[in-house]
Amino acid sequence: MIQKKYESAAKAIADLQDGATLLVGGFGGSGLPSHLVGALTKQGAKDLTVVSNNIGAVRDGVAALISNDQVRKIICSFPVGPHANELIQRIKNGSIKLEIVPQGTLAERIRAGGAGVPAFYTPTAAHTELGEGKETRMFKEGLHLLEHAIKGDYAFIKAQRADRWGNLVYHKTQRNFNPVMATAAQITIAEVDEIVEVGEIDPETIVTPSVYVHRLVKLEAKCDRRVLVNE
Amino acid sequence: MSEDKHKREIGWTKLELASRVALDLEDGWFVNLGIGLPTLVADVIPEGREIILHSENGLLGLGPKPEPGEEDMDLVNAGKEPITLKPGGSFFSQSESFAMIRGGHLDAAVLGAFQVSMHGDLASWKLPDAPLGRVGGAMDLTVGSKRVFLCMQHMSKGVPKIVEECSYPLTAPRCVNRIYTNLAVIDVTKDGLFVHELAPGVTFDYVQDCTAAPLKIRASSHVKAETLEVKK
Repeated sequence: MIQKKYESAAKAIADLQDGATLLVGGFGGSGLPSHLVGALTKQGAKDLTVVSNNIGAVRDGVAALISNDQVRKIICSFPVGPHANELIQRIKNGSIKLEIVPQGTLAERIRAGGAGVPAFYTPTAAHTELGEGKETRMFKEGLHLLEHAIKGDYAFIKAQRADRWGNLVYHKTQRNFNPVMATAAQITIAEVDEIVEVGEIDPETIVTPSVYVHRLVKLEAKCDRRVLVNE
Repeated sequence: MSEDKHKREIGWTKLELASRVALDLEDGWFVNLGIGLPTLVADVIPEGREIILHSENGLLGLGPKPEPGEEDMDLVNAGKEPITLKPGGSFFSQSESFAMIRGGHLDAAVLGAFQVSMHGDLASWKLPDAPLGRVGGAMDLTVGSKRVFLCMQHMSKGVPKIVEECSYPLTAPRCVNRIYTNLAVIDVTKDGLFVHELAPGVTFDYVQDCTAAPLKIRASSHVKAETLEVKK
């Protein structure tokens, strides 16, 4: 019988190794798997490459891993916010490398990673500083950049509801990067507000099919995201 | 100093500017609003027009700000502020959201700017003295949207934002169609910048004085007549 549920966030992330590439869902505090990230700050894996859209928007996000000196490289689109100072310091002293990627290119690189497409051409960032040094090709629409897929060793994602197999349903704009990141990791771990029996979620409403989800952690009480966002 | 203060006070207020932008959004359009000043446009859509607002974090059908106490932190806009969803709205993932953007499905994007050139080059993601850039969805929106409208203050701390060539890092070259500021509405064309409309009490010469690139008026434009009257 398939059983993906782990007792705790700590047990679900226990085998994450130093040097791993980690995809972290969320857009600011919305859809941020803050319990999995919190467990990782205690577990202590180091030299991580972290792929996440916003860095520094909330304290309990990737900013906590940065403060804890667990991160070697950040790939993101928006490294700005009230908790970005530690990132800025570490970029200055050379302990963290930052790769800024346009948000749509970031999403598509992750999608490509999950879909078995090694690279693709996009017009976004052509003729800009972020396109410098990239392989280019001229199509009839104009200059395009070759962008490479991103895959994670792990993805931490947040959803509202799972069934025992790991089919997922999200809540409003919590969805953001979570469904696409779920497809692109060796081990995808979802923290959810509830886990129901197989068959209880209408198949027409499933957003992330179970094939992408390897581990589930149920939150004890619904996380108060208002606190996370307003900090 | 007193002259600078005067310059900031004349023309449209932020809300009037947002309303002026909203006036040009047509019934049935799908429109993305950038963070900052452009988000005000959501609150001033003219009555009777169905304009479907897109939020890059994965939503179509963005509505006005919720009543106090009704906020849901899983229902936010691109600036991570609480918003509402209109009937007919939908949620989708980031890859879907940017497929819409890049795929040319949005009729317009209304964005902020640090600098815009007379050729329509936009600089909006990195200031020269900032430690980090913050690109978000701006580069995708500028290459993908059918129209790019800027909604911005005409000057920043007394320095013109409309220039001959951008000195800040570009978001995208040759992408801006129309610039809405507190002083004027200006069209970007291959023949240069044309003043389409002046804010009440603002003269063409005054806008030119606040702009570091040559402005023109079309022979057919009503702007010219008004300006000449003022000048006489």
